[in-house]
Amino acid sequence: MSGGVEKAHLPELLRSRRDAVLGRWVALAAEGVRGRITERELRAELTELYDLIERTVGEEAGGAGAELRAALGEISRNRARQGFSPSETALSVFALKQAVLEQVGATGDVDAYSEFIGFSSRVDDLGLVTFETYSAAREQIIADQMEQLLELSTPVVKLWDGILGVPLVGTLDSARTQVVMETLLERLVETGSQFAVIDITGVPAVDTEVAQHLLKTVMAARLMGTDCVISGIRPQIAQTIVALGIEFGDIETKATLADALAYALGRSGIRLSEGAGA
Amino acid sequence: MERVPILKIGEVLLVSIQIDLQDQTVLALQEDLADRIVKTGARGVIIDITAVDIVDSFIGRMFATIASMSRLMDAETVVVGMRPAVAITLVELGLSLGGVRTALDLEKGMRLLGAPLPGARPGAVGTR
Amino acid sequence: MTGPPEGAVPIASSEDVVRMRQAVRAAAAAAGMSLVDQTKIVTAASELARNTLVHGGGGTGRVESVVNARGRAGVRLVFSDTGPGIADVEQALVEGWTSGSGMGLGLPGARRLADEFALETEVGRGTTVTVTKWTR
Repeated sequence: MSGGVEKAHLPELLRSRRDAVLGRWVALAAEGVRGRITERELRAELTELYDLIERTVGEEAGGAGAELRAALGEISRNRARQGFSPSETALSVFALKQAVLEQVGATGDVDAYSEFIGFSSRVDDLGLVTFETYSAAREQIIADQMEQLLELSTPVVKLWDGILGVPLVGTLDSARTQVVMETLLERLVETGSQFAVIDITGVPAVDTEVAQHLLKTVMAARLMGTDCVISGIRPQIAQTIVALGIEFGDIETKATLADALAYALGRSGIRLSEGAGA
Repeated sequence: MERVPILKIGEVLLVSIQIDLQDQTVLALQEDLADRIVKTGARGVIIDITAVDIVDSFIGRMFATIASMSRLMDAETVVVGMRPAVAITLVELGLSLGGVRTALDLEKGMRLLGAPLPGARPGAVGTR
Repeated sequence: MTGPPEGAVPIASSEDVVRMRQAVRAAAAAAGMSLVDQTKIVTAASELARNTLVHGGGGTGRVESVVNARGRAGVRLVFSDTGPGIADVEQALVEGWTSGSGMGLGLPGARRLADEFALETEVGRGTTVTVTKWTR
């Protein structure tokens, strides 16, 4: 914009004293991050920001502003992933104010001082952007980790040719039981397995909803032409199931995983014989 | 209206559903199958639904009807290839498909019916 | 009932039921639903569209893409007919009850497959059923 000629003291300073301001900014920001990020990386990040800020201060509102926010967002997300705190991330942005102010002081330009106030509040806004992005990024990380945990905690393993097992450990909630159900049925199709053993030895308690989900899994497995056996029902869980009045009907249940496997092997027509050396 | 083709493999009638079923097609299939069971003296019916992405109560009821009908004519029905999402939905819908036998895939369905698999027949045509 | 809702398509034949299923499948996939949830809402649509056709003597169906307050995407289906209506709503929602040739799973089944269910009916005027399913 050509109209901003007489207001251009600060943009001019950002341009003419670029190396001094940028160098000081990197030095100040480096203090805050104390070696957890290399100075080269930091300099690359801040140089990118500096270029965008330099373009933004010249114009009132334009494309460079959006670009700057995007670049800032990217940096905040990376910092969140690297485990920096949101204040550390914001402080490295705020450090620019000190770097610029020192240069304004050195020139003694009064007009630049008055422009600095507006510049300062812009930098504050940028700092807030890093806060917002940071917390959004952390939330995403937490959500991803919960998902991974869900997958980790519901492994479907092959016990034998045609026999899959799902050893469940820990508290079963409705969401997790649903994941188990879907994963198990998918794996039955993928592997062409005829039997599935759901072992709940490691499950401390079940409620009505979870018991219903288990039942539905067994029923869905049957509709697909496979058989499901539930093993490891603890006495407390058996009591709960009876007390809740849930009908397990003709669903095959076994005391232990070994019993369930023996049952599935028998139904598959597989007979185990003791080795000659035993 | 499209019609679902019925193939005869030995003593088994094979129905492989490859289209989006509308109600008339379902009713026509029931009639066609009854005719073919009588005409061919088939001992088994396999309905392959590997390609079917939804089974509602109408289609589910067809399976049950075909199973009861074929049983009257001394033929056994097996529904094969039901997708997990379809099975979960049917359970939620409240349809148990009582009386319908199911198998994971076509091969297991044939075995369930005791039908000789191609290539496993002692007098199979062809060189080995 | 107050005429067909905006954006509704007619349900006058069993081809229309199939078309409705396809439209719902597309909307559910676009909302980012899991395969299981897509299958559930398409099945519910099939049940309700058939009800509209068989019990309502034909009517309309509408598929809407919706977003809830927490930003979650979903699919809402509205089926309307100007048929005889349902005299005993309680009973129509009970398992195994049927006024026609169905198994009586249509309404209660669709209700279980969806997350939200609303039924509006008046004897002699018609029935409108609205169901919504949200992405998990």
